[in-house]
Amino acid sequence: MAASTHEHAHHEESFVSKYIFSQDHKMISKQFLLTAIVMGLIAMILSTLFRIQLGWPEQSSDILHAFLGDRWAPNGILDRNMYLGLVTMHGTIMVFFLLTGGLSGTFSNLLIPLQIGARDMASGFLNMLSYWMFFISSVIMVISLFVETGPAMAGWTVYPPLSALPQAVPGSGLGMTLWLVSMAIFIASSLLGSLNYIVTILNLRTKGMTMLRLPLTIWAFFVTAVLGVLSFPVLLSAALLLIMDRTMGTSFYLSDIIVGGEMLDNTGGSPLLYQHLFWFLGHPEVYIVLLPALGLTSEVISTNARKPIFGYKAMITSILGIGFLSFIVWAHHMYVTGMSPFLGSLFVFTTLLIAIPSAVKVFNYLTTLWRSTAIYTPQMLFSIALVSTFITGGVTGIILADSALDIAVHDTYFVVAHFHVVMGLSAVFGMFAGVYHWFPKMYGRMMNLRIGYVHFWLTLISGYGVFFPMHFVGIAGAPRRYYDYSVYEGFDMNQFNIIMELNVIISIFAIIGLLAQGLFLYNFFYSIYRGPKAVQNPWRGNTLEWTTPVEHVHGNWPGALPVVHRWPYDYSKPGADEDFILQTVPLAEGETEDH
Amino acid sequence: MKFIALIVIVLAILAVAQLTRIYELTSKLRNRNETDVDYRDNKMNANLLLLFGIGMFVSYIWMIARYGAGGNGVAASVEGVEYDWLFGVNLILISAIFFVTNGLLFYFAWKYHAKPGAKAYYYTHNTRWELMWTAAPAAVLSVIIVMGLVQWSDRTGAAGENAVVIELYSKQFDWAVRYSGQDNTLGKFDYKLINTTNPLGLATTETIAARVEELKIEIEDLEARINDPNTVYSVTVLAEMKESLATKERLYVRLLQLQENHDPAWDASSLDDIVQPANITLVLKKNQEYDMYFRAQDVIHSAYFPHFRAQINTVPGMVTRLKFTPSITTKEMRAKMKDNNFNYILLCNKICGASHSNMKLIVEVLDENEYDVWWAEQVATKTFGLQAASAPESAE
Repeated sequence: MAASTHEHAHHEESFVSKYIFSQDHKMISKQFLLTAIVMGLIAMILSTLFRIQLGWPEQSSDILHAFLGDRWAPNGILDRNMYLGLVTMHGTIMVFFLLTGGLSGTFSNLLIPLQIGARDMASGFLNMLSYWMFFISSVIMVISLFVETGPAMAGWTVYPPLSALPQAVPGSGLGMTLWLVSMAIFIASSLLGSLNYIVTILNLRTKGMTMLRLPLTIWAFFVTAVLGVLSFPVLLSAALLLIMDRTMGTSFYLSDIIVGGEMLDNTGGSPLLYQHLFWFLGHPEVYIVLLPALGLTSEVISTNARKPIFGYKAMITSILGIGFLSFIVWAHHMYVTGMSPFLGSLFVFTTLLIAIPSAVKVFNYLTTLWRSTAIYTPQMLFSIALVSTFITGGVTGIILADSALDIAVHDTYFVVAHFHVVMGLSAVFGMFAGVYHWFPKMYGRMMNLRIGYVHFWLTLISGYGVFFPMHFVGIAGAPRRYYDYSVYEGFDMNQFNIIMELNVIISIFAIIGLLAQGLFLYNFFYSIYRGPKAVQNPWRGNTLEWTTPVEHVHGNWPGALPVVHRWPYDYSKPGADEDFILQTVPLAEGETEDH
Repeated sequence: MKFIALIVIVLAILAVAQLTRIYELTSKLRNRNETDVDYRDNKMNANLLLLFGIGMFVSYIWMIARYGAGGNGVAASVEGVEYDWLFGVNLILISAIFFVTNGLLFYFAWKYHAKPGAKAYYYTHNTRWELMWTAAPAAVLSVIIVMGLVQWSDRTGAAGENAVVIELYSKQFDWAVRYSGQDNTLGKFDYKLINTTNPLGLATTETIAARVEELKIEIEDLEARINDPNTVYSVTVLAEMKESLATKERLYVRLLQLQENHDPAWDASSLDDIVQPANITLVLKKNQEYDMYFRAQDVIHSAYFPHFRAQINTVPGMVTRLKFTPSITTKEMRAKMKDNNFNYILLCNKICGASHSNMKLIVEVLDENEYDVWWAEQVATKTFGLQAASAPESAE
């Protein structure tokens, strides 16, 4: 705040204000990243635990016993309720804490001020508050894993009445209360962050940085923040109504229920109301997760292909189009919930429309690669992988968006495979690309290239190895969130054999995938302290962050703010000496800015 | 044992990491900049990308060949056959998109890797191309949308005049069935009427009166316990009892309203219904269209008939429906699958608690003759009117 008007370089700070309650966007970005890595790791371990159960059902496992103890894995056999708890917490942590809080929190914070030429976020204080609320909500969510009755067990969407009735499943007791408290704080954090991003992008761009000279990362973060501001409050209201139903005897979502031998007097509520409110956030949420990843890879692909991103304006239009459409597609999650079929028809139409801007993005990526000179850094490899998963996961979305086809694959592993490929893998790949690319900017050192390669190849192969066969598990009719598939043994051995054969393959790849992240963790933490020192512009990029000094300073630029003269994608421009031209370089005589 | 394996794996990762470090240090000695990608690495990764793309395509084709794309075995309903056709059309289409776009991606990634002396082509946009690849997906999607919506309106529209009405009732963790009887109409119901003799809460003058009486006794008992001068309750137990009493009193008031509004003329449609306790096979007739209605008692469940390609959620407080026409009997299907233990099934497909994965009901499709025999037996023994008539005596 006041400090930002002072001399920056020699500003003395205490340990607490520099590393803990920092208001500097670069430090906050690192805090988000570290928290997200921890949360991502927890969520991945949770998934490995239930994959052990799915691959080798009800076999005694020391690993399960070591993590879950006698309470939840007596004799090493996973408890049925805890299975649901693991599934629920894996989903919740991955979607919200890694891919929403972690991804946007890290890269919006790091890149918005650096790439638009601002000294810091519009409000450093709100930014700090946003991180600490995220931290507190993360801690509460993790604590909920350890309560006596277990964590929330109603799936990450926590549909009532299951999530409202502790009699129906033990996790709907204290575990669910903590889930709701954590999410309420998380939403507040997300809103503070998003408002800050929007205000900063709109108001603090440096001289010459017009909206049509913004890097695509910033456009993606901007639309993401707008989506967050418009949709998260709806989830908050859904959560508040659920809290009231759970504690104050209201009947927003409850009606005509007998549970645990007890007849409840709730009447007139509708479980579908919750689903509408939830998915009104839930679908934009998919793009809150995806758009930043697409923004990051747009930047990474252009820089490493040494070629301008093809169709810059079409890319912006696509981002805006996806952002707008994401608000009118939510009920495609609800075709078979008992919602009016006519409403379903409308949502088929709007949902399939979203394939158009998505296709445009894919074709533009392909054309960017065409006649490029691609340099395969790990971030470039992860970006290529993202385009691949975006395609592979996107096309199965065409089947799921079609209500008539959704009927038989709804809530099967086909859906699980679809969204893990298009949203999970894509967003994680985008996040890895971001970490590898901007690591020198964050820590002033370089990550190891070769470990990066091994990490990438293991991650890509295990990622596809897990989710590609999973489509076939779904087509074979395996419902999701099943503790095991022994039910099939009683009526159809053929399907049972398919499901079990594939489940073993999937679980093996899942374990490889988890172990591969050990390489990343080693590379990441080792390089923070011992990696080779970075140069100012290691990837020879055009954007403004590469004009800042390697050593972080308060206010980002030691002297005056840079002035922008051109768009960010002048790579390999004919007539230029180098294959990149920084945005701060004025147009040469006779040079035009045509894009 | 497994722990040792885990430790070995972790150590292996650390060893790989250390080897990489050594490599890094030696290349520093040889004066190479380790953080820059050299052309050899670049070519290797480009080749690996192409290889990966090919591997992915081969594994896709292999999985299609091995596991099939036709869904969960042969479709056993008229609607399911149409469903499989549409699914097949869509699958071919998306497979084509998958092959072409992923193919181009990995091909470009391989072909255009940086080589000594190569320079990228400065190419920023081409409006004509961009319009084309906006219009092309739009055209393909319109076809998909139209085909899908035609089938969707068929599947969700009103059932034919000859459709037989059935109700399925779900609760943790089983399914019960109600056949609509001679009049093909399901009698009225209310969840407040549910008790041991009336598990689906059918509303007749008699069941309402019985339930009013039952609840009245429950309330009196509870009041007596609360006011019992010889027992001292803890504060929490007393609060719970008082809350329970208040709930029962509210339910009682609503039951009286229900009684007041009930028209005895409605009884007939309930009395001829055939109510089957939970976990007894759902029996259907081949080539008969069924109009199915669904209710849930506690949480949301989902009625998933994989072989008939049909699914709908069951939701507390509302009635949902679907329809389909079984077209292959269980016996015919067993012969087709060469599996004498094969059965059609109804699975729960919405997370509903610990035994979610065991919540099932066997479905049997009979041909007309077998069905008629079975049906006569049900009418004679399980008609709700008969059960209700004998119930009060045994209750007293």
